[in-house]
Amino acid sequence: MTHTFVGMPPFPAAAREALANTQLRHNLAHATAVIRAKRAAVVGEVEDWEGLRRAGAAAKERALLDLETNLLRLEEELTSRGATVHWARDAEEANAIVVGLAQRHGVDEVVKVKSMVTQEIGLNDALVDAGILPWETDLAELIVQLGDDLPSHILVPAIHRNRAEIREIFLRQMAQAGRPAPALLTDEPAALAEAARLHLREKFMRASFAVSGANFAVAQTGTLVVVESEGNGRMCLTLPEVLVSVVGIEKVVADWSDLDPLLRLLPRSSTGERMNPYTSMWSGVTPGDGPQEVHVVLLDNGRTRALADEVGRQALRCIRCSACLNTCPVYERTGGHAYGSVYPGPIGAILNPLMRGPGDPQTDSLPYASSLCGACFEVCPVRIDIPEVLVHLRSRVVDGHRGDRLPTPEAVAMRAASWAFADASRLGLVERASGLSGTVLGRLSRSVLPGGRASAGRLAGPATAWTGARDLPAPPRESFRQWWARTDGGRDE
Amino acid sequence: MSEARGAEFAKWSNEDGTGAGARGEILGRVRAALSDKGYAAQRATAASAAPAPGAPSPTPAQPAVPRRSPLSGSERLELFAERVADYRAIVERCAAAGLEEAVRRAVALADSVLVAPGLPLDIPGARVDDGLTASALDIVDAVVTTAAVAIAETGTIVLDHGSGQGRRAITLVPDRHVCIVRADQVVDDVPDALERLDPRRPLTWISGPSATSDIELTRVEGVHGPRHLHVILVG
Repeated sequence: MTHTFVGMPPFPAAAREALANTQLRHNLAHATAVIRAKRAAVVGEVEDWEGLRRAGAAAKERALLDLETNLLRLEEELTSRGATVHWARDAEEANAIVVGLAQRHGVDEVVKVKSMVTQEIGLNDALVDAGILPWETDLAELIVQLGDDLPSHILVPAIHRNRAEIREIFLRQMAQAGRPAPALLTDEPAALAEAARLHLREKFMRASFAVSGANFAVAQTGTLVVVESEGNGRMCLTLPEVLVSVVGIEKVVADWSDLDPLLRLLPRSSTGERMNPYTSMWSGVTPGDGPQEVHVVLLDNGRTRALADEVGRQALRCIRCSACLNTCPVYERTGGHAYGSVYPGPIGAILNPLMRGPGDPQTDSLPYASSLCGACFEVCPVRIDIPEVLVHLRSRVVDGHRGDRLPTPEAVAMRAASWAFADASRLGLVERASGLSGTVLGRLSRSVLPGGRASAGRLAGPATAWTGARDLPAPPRESFRQWWARTDGGRDE
Repeated sequence: MSEARGAEFAKWSNEDGTGAGARGEILGRVRAALSDKGYAAQRATAASAAPAPGAPSPTPAQPAVPRRSPLSGSERLELFAERVADYRAIVERCAAAGLEEAVRRAVALADSVLVAPGLPLDIPGARVDDGLTASALDIVDAVVTTAAVAIAETGTIVLDHGSGQGRRAITLVPDRHVCIVRADQVVDDVPDALERLDPRRPLTWISGPSATSDIELTRVEGVHGPRHLHVILVG
């Protein structure tokens, strides 16, 4: 539980390590292929999926457009229905609020519903530091927690583990956290799920304090919504006396009816189901049913920074379905850990830089962790144009280095290109030099690229990094302008 | 709470423990973040009429949310039954006269049966929930309830935990949930259900038995919620 993403190397270094792990690549290729096929089947069933995507995007956009009003309304509705609303500027404040509430109730353990936001703020570490044991109750989160591991996927944090590895973790670690795994545990998914059921049931039965996130928060009615599969969410939201929900301010939607496109979009995009097994909705306290003390912590932690970015703010529409991860050719090969954040994949590559701001080498490397193929945009249920935001964020990284004393090789190359392209005679000079190098490289080249052109091979110096992963054709011997002059625009040929 | 921790907690919160300093600052940041021209103009249009309490927010032009093509009465019930069965739940249809018999059959193998208060049926040996503890619920074999709404397109039943449905815990802890759905409670799709539901009530949407896809994304039925869902569609 002491694992964090802090100090992760930038994406290229982390990705290189991940790519060398053949087990990981096998697990990921299998899992993402399964989920892509399931999603495609249920999305294909919907008569006007594109219309639904547009409606979903519009519902979230409308909520963000008027965020202040919606937050105030949410607070008012929640308060009038018996909930206590807290506000937290950052992770530290949110953790202090949750830890403070747990201490006020004198509990030494809390049960947790899977929640991205409590991962983001590192709540488990804060609870452990205060002597309170946080129990993750989602199966995948349990696998990650017992394995002292890090989540690698938004929906299935243990997607990088296969059944044999999970069996090992259960046999080795469950006994230390409570009820041990059955001695004869097999690696059948059903048997592993049964072991988790038995292990967690004793925790649910005695739990008095639960922590959750929320998928949606409806301003009009003060309703929080948690979408889940296993029933661990219902256990945590129903049985304990105290419930604390940590909710990012971007989770708010204006009206009850806005849940319609979103509840139809999320399960199909996420687990590839028409509807997920369980969705819980509650508005404050219900006398005689469920927790009688309800708290909601509204969290900023960089969301307003993302909101201020005119191009990037669309990322706050994200409903955490993870379709972009499952479809991304980069994610499928590197897995989630390489992104160094609880938000991996294409959405993580934009959300992390937007929420944290530029300047950190790890965060700055994320907008480059993409081939810009656009598959993520195509599957996004709320139409976040991830490639557009990636390009925007790349330019922000470049802008951030303009004042550097030692320019990057890329900046030097760009400056040289700018000098050459600014004047016809300079360009002519460069073209002659390029043609000469083309003649030499073409003769020396030992490999031929598809299409029959000679390869320039690997470049030396700082350019090695560029040709390390790309084929560079040898420059043509004759430039277009030389050809034009020689043949009178093709008439003499 | 220790004194030092108490002081730390108070630092983040105002006297009623809700972080008023943070509240003002976050709302200020939100306002500043949205102050660029395009958004400011759109917001001005949106804010021209303040919403009455409980009324929908004023709407800048929204695209219509597409709906599925309407189903006829019999198509709707057929689709609902098919979609529920797809989740590997048991689904059976019966006439009103045969309901009591169907429910008795559904719980025949259960040693202990619990029913929600207000359930309009007589089930021999069944206990009416009177606030059983979670541990007491854990040794109940089966629970019988009604529902509030059912959705054909997604094979979902929705409980609003009113009369006949009971508090949330009773349909969660026991391993078998027998749920009675009336034909007139079945609607086409999600938006129709939202229109019928009351957001002030706690709501539980149930689509099949408890399940997980967390191991290699292979679906397995039966984790923490009821492992057996038995839907009886009446009429």
